Amino acid sequence: MAAAFLFVLGTGVLSLALYALGMTFFLGVVLPYAAVLVFAVGCIRRIVCWAASPVPFPIALTGGQQKSLPWIRQAEFEAPSSGLHIAGRLFLDIVLFRPLLRNSRAETLDTPEGMRLVYWPSRWLWLFAILFHYALLVILIRHLRFFIEPVPACIRALEFFDTLMRIGSPAAFLSGPIVVAALFLLLLRRLYDPKLRYISLAGDYFPLFLLLAVALSGIFLRYWGRTDIASVKALTMGLVTFSPAVPAGIGAAFYLHTTFVAALLICFPFSKLMHAAGVLLSPTRNTAANSREFRHTNPWNGPTRYRTYAEYEDEFRGAMAEAGLPLEKEPGPAGAE
Amino acid sequence: MAKLPAPTELAATSKAIFPRANSNGTGWMNTKPVFKPGSYCYPAKAETLRTLGMPNPHDWSPEAEDWNLPDGWERIIHDAFADRLKKYRSLKLFMETCVRCGACADKCHFFLGTGDPKNMPVLRAELLRSVYRKDFTAVGRLLGKAGGGRSLDPDVVKEWFYYFYQCTECRRCALFCPFGIDTAEITMIARELLLEVGLGTNWIMDPVYNCNRTGNHLGIQPQAFKEIVEMLCEDVETVTGIAINPPFNEKGHEVLFIAPSGDVFAEPGIYTFMGYLMLFHEIGLDYTLSTYASEGGNFGLFSSAALLKKLNAKMYAEAERLGSGWILGGECGHMARVINQYMNTMNGPAPKTMVTPVNPVTGTRFENASSTKVVHIAEFTADLVRHGKLNLAPSRNDHLTVTFHDSCNPARAMGLLEEPREILRAVCNNFVEMPENTIRERTFCCGAGSGLNTDEIMELRMRSGMPRGNALRHVQLTRGVNMLSCICALDRATLPPLADYWAPGVGVCGLHELVANALVMKGEGRRVMDLRQEDLPGVNDGGDPDRCSRPEGTEAEA
Amino acid sequence: MMYNKRYIIPGILVFALACSFPFLLNATSEPYTRPALKLPPGERACIEPTSLMRTDHMRILNEWRDAAVRDGKRVYVASDGKVWEASLQNTCMRCHANREQFCGACHNAVSARPDCWSCHIAPETPGAVRISGGGKLP
Repeated sequence: MAAAFLFVLGTGVLSLALYALGMTFFLGVVLPYAAVLVFAVGCIRRIVCWAASPVPFPIALTGGQQKSLPWIRQAEFEAPSSGLHIAGRLFLDIVLFRPLLRNSRAETLDTPEGMRLVYWPSRWLWLFAILFHYALLVILIRHLRFFIEPVPACIRALEFFDTLMRIGSPAAFLSGPIVVAALFLLLLRRLYDPKLRYISLAGDYFPLFLLLAVALSGIFLRYWGRTDIASVKALTMGLVTFSPAVPAGIGAAFYLHTTFVAALLICFPFSKLMHAAGVLLSPTRNTAANSREFRHTNPWNGPTRYRTYAEYEDEFRGAMAEAGLPLEKEPGPAGAE
Repeated sequence: MAKLPAPTELAATSKAIFPRANSNGTGWMNTKPVFKPGSYCYPAKAETLRTLGMPNPHDWSPEAEDWNLPDGWERIIHDAFADRLKKYRSLKLFMETCVRCGACADKCHFFLGTGDPKNMPVLRAELLRSVYRKDFTAVGRLLGKAGGGRSLDPDVVKEWFYYFYQCTECRRCALFCPFGIDTAEITMIARELLLEVGLGTNWIMDPVYNCNRTGNHLGIQPQAFKEIVEMLCEDVETVTGIAINPPFNEKGHEVLFIAPSGDVFAEPGIYTFMGYLMLFHEIGLDYTLSTYASEGGNFGLFSSAALLKKLNAKMYAEAERLGSGWILGGECGHMARVINQYMNTMNGPAPKTMVTPVNPVTGTRFENASSTKVVHIAEFTADLVRHGKLNLAPSRNDHLTVTFHDSCNPARAMGLLEEPREILRAVCNNFVEMPENTIRERTFCCGAGSGLNTDEIMELRMRSGMPRGNALRHVQLTRGVNMLSCICALDRATLPPLADYWAPGVGVCGLHELVANALVMKGEGRRVMDLRQEDLPGVNDGGDPDRCSRPEGTEAEA
Repeated sequence: MMYNKRYIIPGILVFALACSFPFLLNATSEPYTRPALKLPPGERACIEPTSLMRTDHMRILNEWRDAAVRDGKRVYVASDGKVWEASLQNTCMRCHANREQFCGACHNAVSARPDCWSCHIAPETPGAVRISGGGKLP
């Protein structure tokens, strides 16, 4: 955990040092381009690598009633039997985090029946996760205002809703504090649940710290570290039109923010953050539970080698004949084993 | 077998302890499992592995310091791992997409019962994942232990053996995982890797060997198989007065019936087997049994995909040889998974001689089995019940308050949830459910599936069976449950000791035992006993247990 | 080698499209030029240096607002010692008379939407008062 924290801290220090050295072209142009390239190519490479292995068996995980007899109601999204069902299942998994809604917490309690396990519904993880992911999505879309000219109405509409409370001036985006709060809650969960603390690797703390750094530096940039936002847009538009230039007068805080974002993008394809793509490819969730109705083929399915009936009968023919079992070859003095 | 602690004592020691010194990052890597009697299944005999043509058979003992791993074992495992990564997208994904959110942690019956942190599904997977990072990813190589990677060493292999044989491949954790990471898949592959260096367990490899040779796990030879079934038929006659002569290995029957062999051999499965035969007799099903394919269960599922395929191949081969139109499968949990998710892919397409299963009594076409041509008996009987084709006297089961244990595989690898319940509601009047977090898709394992139902780990089994045991005890105390029904032969072997331990007084039965007890057969004698040849209540004090439901015109013979 | 191409390739294309979305969107558009501000004729300097005004105008306005509304103070002493009436309408808008062409130009470009105009109205006839050093408020 300390290592992950130091790594993020180091990223920040490095960014400030490069700024102090006047390397704004590197921070503002080279790094963002490199980060986007590593992110895109890295993610595609991971997916291509996954896709290079087949799904040999239809191992759908059924979380409800299968399609069987006509009067028994099938749980379409829990035991999907068609492409549409699977699409629905994945949609609910991804949009609602449905498996986490099912979560429970087991506890051994001393009850009048004796010590026994009881299960409580537990949706905290679902709540923290969904807050984080949706707030991040809103933030991501909002940032398109720096990459599109003129800013389209849909983004303005999103900003309108994100600033609905009109707190402060400029009005605060609600998604900012939400994302920070959700990240802190996810972090606290990791630290205070002994189970989670035990399983958490540096690679689990690192994205949390890095995302916190991104979010906090962004919030600082907007509300305290006053930035010439018109120059920032000139910089970002220069990047997306491939005519990069670094306008003067953009402060260190901006480059700190972008460096954290770049670090996140660069680490993404090599870390657990690839779960974003993995959730779509998971064979237990994206294969149909209809394997008795439609045959699934396995590209590496080899020839079937098994003990044939003939071999079996050869071994047991005498006893089988005696027991009156039907035989393919009658035992005879010559034909016996 | 060592003496078991009392259930209260066991429950009290089930709470997880997380060593503080190790409670960060990769600290868990410093804890090593202790191999002592009761903590491991006996190793597979070298001879068994050799006969099956498995690689690197050797003698070894889990308690020994040196496991006599073959020369170059690191390379063997590494190459096998690389090969599985190439073959299974699931493995690649499950090695990379876990975010360690912990949703799975307290879903595992082994973790809940033992409190061992490494029995949390996430950490069980990390045992493999840590090696994956170091051996197969650039970042993992670069960061080493700090990145959660570690090198393969004998201790890692020992840890794998310890914990991948404390997973019953029940997939409960996968249900709660936001990415559907399936520990069963990871365990199956880890066990394959262990078998590559000759490490297996006797309780799994012996049945594999037997099943290959004689057609069933128990090594029952054809003549003995026939004899046992005929003995069961005599018992049926004692109870019902009806003589049944099931056909064996006969060609030209519409249906090939394959049950788990446990039902032929051991109590209380035999009563279920009698139930199958009585049902078939009553509806006049045109079927045959086979001694060659006398096993629907498949311990290949617990060892390797190659063995799974090898053992399963007999089912289609036998159906083709006998010219059967379709296969009816008995009550077996992992058999349901093999048939539903592997059989058609591995050994299909079904022989051309086979047809889409149609229930000859009701005319229902089992469209959901139109490709594999295998129907689960719960689907078949539910269809009969629904169409009113069975004359049932559920009052004969009135002395029972029945609950139902969903077996992991039919529940989470098939979705067979309503069919058995439909049957239960028809054949007994007192059916109650266990708590909702312990049934249907959230069902808990019996604690000893996937080849762990061996007696040398009885305490472990009672621990991993604690969630099921607690739920059962709960309905025993609050609802008066005295019978636990199930549709799995392994359950019928593992649940009786579990019930004796956690909920003494609750019996275990198969679904079709209840069906057969309630089944009013044409021409049967007056039933005074159930299939266990125990007096039906009400008989000795003059009452007629099936007075109300006996059809007009049938005469009691007894 | 790739399995399930039918789904994976469109998936990758969608992802690639999403990554390059800002680039594609601007592929045919004119090179971006930052909005040209219509500066007041005749005036050479604002109350503070341009660079500070660019980054901090909102902070200054917020401070003016707080001082005026809470404490009734309406004097702003600039860093060069000049004293100004702390008033959006009377000071800023005297020179930057055209709200659309001055404020709006940048604010629209970066989608900033300050709440100034829900209370203030751009004055018809600008008449801000500059009080030279030591002068008294009117």
